[in-house]
Parts: sequence; structure tokens; C-alpha cells
Amino acid sequence: MDVFKTVKELIVEELSVDEGQVTMEAKFIDDLGADSLNMVELMMAIEKAFESFNIEISDEEAAEMTTVGDVVKYIKEKIE
Amino acid sequence: MNSLYDAMIAGTGKYVPKEIRDNHYFTERMDTSDEWITTRTGMKYRHIAAPGEASSDMALEAAKKALDAARMNANDLDMVVVGTISPDHMFPSTGCMLLKKLGIKDIPAFDLSAGCTGLIYALTVGAQFVMNGKAKNVLVIGVEILSRLINWQDRGTAILFGDGAGAVILSIAKNVSISKLIDTDLTADGTHAELLMQKAGGSKYPATEETVRNSEHTVYMEGNKIFKFAVRSMYDSCHKILKRNNIDISKIDWLIPHQANYRIIESLGKKLGIHTNRVIVTIDKYANTSSSTVPIALDDAIRSKKIRRGDLVLLVAFGAGLTSGSVLFRY
Repeated sequence: MDVFKTVKELIVEELSVDEGQVTMEAKFIDDLGADSLNMVELMMAIEKAFESFNIEISDEEAAEMTTVGDVVKYIKEKIE
Repeated sequence: MNSLYDAMIAGTGKYVPKEIRDNHYFTERMDTSDEWITTRTGMKYRHIAAPGEASSDMALEAAKKALDAARMNANDLDMVVVGTISPDHMFPSTGCMLLKKLGIKDIPAFDLSAGCTGLIYALTVGAQFVMNGKAKNVLVIGVEILSRLINWQDRGTAILFGDGAGAVILSIAKNVSISKLIDTDLTADGTHAELLMQKAGGSKYPATEETVRNSEHTVYMEGNKIFKFAVRSMYDSCHKILKRNNIDISKIDWLIPHQANYRIIESLGKKLGIHTNRVIVTIDKYANTSSSTVPIALDDAIRSKKIRRGDLVLLVAFGAGLTSGSVLFRY
């Protein structure tokens, strides 16, 4: 499964940004204009999208994820 | 529900204090902006109780309007239940203070503490007495003066809360009545109690110079963690009550969620798949008035003729505890 593609779709939806802006290096707050509530909403959307893998992202883990790549890496580790 | 009688909402009322505080009040005093507050919360104004104005005073004004709407007087009441976390006193109850102000006695009156879910809990409790035939008319109140429990230096909470009171009169529904309470759903999870609390002032940490100095008599909240719980718990409660009654969300005429944050309301609406024009929003006018947001929004929607007799309405809230619950009824 293409984790990056799924995450990108969720980010485009939740943060109302263009697909092109969503690179692995993009920072949520600095580059994609997210605020703290967007991050909670995004984490909830990710948990929902990867429901079948029982992913539960703790607040501490979420706080560590600053770039799109961090999220993709986290999910890959969880589902493999 | 198995019961002797059906309960229905006979009338509603609300009261908000005169003083209005807009976002500029905060931008002049702390590092925040109108835009920041509006995009993060959806809030524009909040009403603030006058010095000396008590929760029971505000409850009385809301109760009078609800009695008028139900074409009743206070002597018709068989019980008073008040949902509040900002009672006049630790004891006796605001319910008893309200009885005195209504000029009635010799009926049960009490307060119930369920955070912002207070009105949902109080409605559910009151409804049991009506449905069992123990009471014909129950006055249910959600009232808060949170402005007195706020740390005005804390940017994270100071902007969020307002004062207000809402009243609902529950009565026995006649057999032919289309108006009736359909179902209620309550739950609680104490494992996250520390996320939202007023730490001191109770018997565990009575007031000392130190508790006052440390601002432990004011609202403490971990907003981001609450956000997640809020959306999930309100969704779960709505989902459960709709499923149990075989009602699709598309049949709901009006959803009235607790008004804590517009972003929570938006997330909940999206998850439930209900159109935004079916969701009652008053957060811009009154901010978060805790247990009184739901009855204030309900009364607003009834008086502005959005909600009409026969409409299917779903109330849902979450709050300190953590508590959550919903009430499904035909108005």
C-alpha cells in the first residue's frame, strides 16, 4: 500500500493545501500552515484511514512529528 | 424506552447577562488576535455576569421564560434539577436557592455535576421521574458563571468561556402528542479526569493561600487532548442513539452539539455526515457557557422558529469527567 499517497490525500483534505506542496520534507506548521488543532484533526483522520492496522497515535508521538516524512515513516513502521 | 408515560419538552427559556466581551477585549490584554481566536474557536462574543449576580439569579430568569413558554407557573413544578459546575455555593445546592427565588417549596431540588454535559445529564434524570409518573413537570436548568473560575492571565482558557443559563421544562406527554422524548444516552470515563478540572476548592484541596497563589481555583484544561475526546465521544453517543432507534442521520432535523469550539462542531458534523445548515451554532454569540450551551442554543433555535413542533432533534455534549451523552426527541 502506498502510505505516502494516502497521507498526502488526507493532508490535502485536512489542511486545504495543493498536492504539490505535500512533499516528504514539508513541515506541517511552517510549510503547510497547520495549527495545533489541524494536527489533532489530521492525526484523527490518519487513525481512521489506517483503522484496519489499529493505529493509535498518542499525543506525545504526534508532537514529535513535524514533517510529512515523519508521519509516513511512523505509519510504515506500524503497519509492517 | 419502557416507561409508564412519555416525557416531552413543554417550554424553554434562556438568560445571558448584559455585559458583552468581544475578542478585542483580549487582544488589548494579552498576546492574541481576533483572527487567532475566530479561526481556532469560532468565538466572537461572550456574556459576563455582573458583580453580585449569582448562578441562581440567572437560572431564575431562564426558568421564568421557560414557564411562560410552557404556559405554567412555578407552582406547577414537581422537581428542579440543575446541571452546573459553578454553583452559588459548594452547598446548599443552586437548586434550593432557585426554589426560594421561584417562591416555591416542598418539592425535590438538587444540583448535578457533569461538566459541560450537565444539561444532558439533568434532562435524562428529570425525564425518569416524568416517565415513571413521579412528576408531571420538571424544571431542568443548565447554568454557569465560569467567568469567576477563569485564570484571566491564561490565554488558552480566558477567551473560551462565557456566562449564561438555559431552562427546559419536561412534562408528561399526552397520548396523542407527537412531541416526546425518544431516547437518552449517558456515559463517563474517569481515567482522563485530570485533563479538565478545577483542582482546588473541594474537600481534597481546600482553599489555602497557596492554592489561591497557584491559580488552582480556576479552570485547568488540556485543550488538544480534549478536542480528540470531544469529537469521538459525541460521535459515539450520536451513533449509538441513532442506531438503537433505527434512525438515519439524514432524518435528524436539527443537531445541537455542545458549543465548546467551532472546530469540534465542524469535525463532528463531518464525521456524522449531517449538513451544516442542520447544525445549530451559537458559539459566535455566547462562547462556551458549559452546561448551558445546549439549552441556550435550543431556546435560540426555538424562538427564532428554526426548530418547530414535530421536528426531530438530537442534543449531544461532552465535558469534564470526562462525561458525554445525547438526548433524542421530537419537539
